[in-house]
Amino acid sequence: MAAQDYLFYIFAALTLLCGLLVVVNPFSRNPVTSAMFLVLTIVSMAGLFVLLHAFFLAAVQILVYAGAVMVLFLFVIMLLDLKEEERRKIRLFGLITGLLSVLAVLGVVLKTYLVDSRLSANLQPPTIEGGTAALGTILFKNYLLPFEILSLLLLVAMVGVILLSKKDLK
Amino acid sequence: MHVGLEHYLVVTALLFSLGLLGVIARRNLLVIYMSLELMLNAANLALVSFSRFTDNLNGQVMVFFIITVAAAEVAVGLALIVALYRKKQTAHVEDLTTMKL
Repeated sequence: MAAQDYLFYIFAALTLLCGLLVVVNPFSRNPVTSAMFLVLTIVSMAGLFVLLHAFFLAAVQILVYAGAVMVLFLFVIMLLDLKEEERRKIRLFGLITGLLSVLAVLGVVLKTYLVDSRLSANLQPPTIEGGTAALGTILFKNYLLPFEILSLLLLVAMVGVILLSKKDLK
Repeated sequence: MHVGLEHYLVVTALLFSLGLLGVIARRNLLVIYMSLELMLNAANLALVSFSRFTDNLNGQVMVFFIITVAAAEVAVGLALIVALYRKKQTAHVEDLTTMKL
């Protein structure tokens, strides 16, 4: 096994473990803990991106997700001043049916992935590099219109957020 | 065993189911929102790995767009949660039953 394979297993295990701790943390039900583990999940996922040679996306993942989005999350958590989620009685029926449906979805997806041998059969050894230059070229050559529409979307989101957080929301 | 496309896809599937479990099982609105982000990230990882193993950069551009849209979505969603909290003084889904028949 090459060093990259070891790194894949390390980062994958970290991602899944931290993702699990976001959802079910046996020690704390505080949303701040979940947010911190989400940061760890995102950072280790950026490691997986680097292993996939998507260098620009790894940087964007850390800058935008671990930086901006998570700061926004923590800011809102502090703003709301949530009490620690008290232990409400868990409805067993809801939990079991939920778990069953999640396992069903997982089973369907895994079956599709693993049974279909075409997935790995005719793939040539990968050569692409997702650097800034390659991605920028394709972004501004083939995807210029979606890029501009995206800037409009961000403007709309900004106006919407300002409107929503006005004091006297009708 | 050499790490290939399937390995990444299995991680993706597990991560997506974790997010789905969080949306179903947790009762805190903010944690549900974080689980949604988890699912979104799983989709991103799948797109990047497909892009790598099919030698096609279009998938990575797609992920770039998804990250931007997700940032906008988080901003709007959190503003909604704050507005809701101001009105109802709660962030628990069990207390928010106004739309229940």
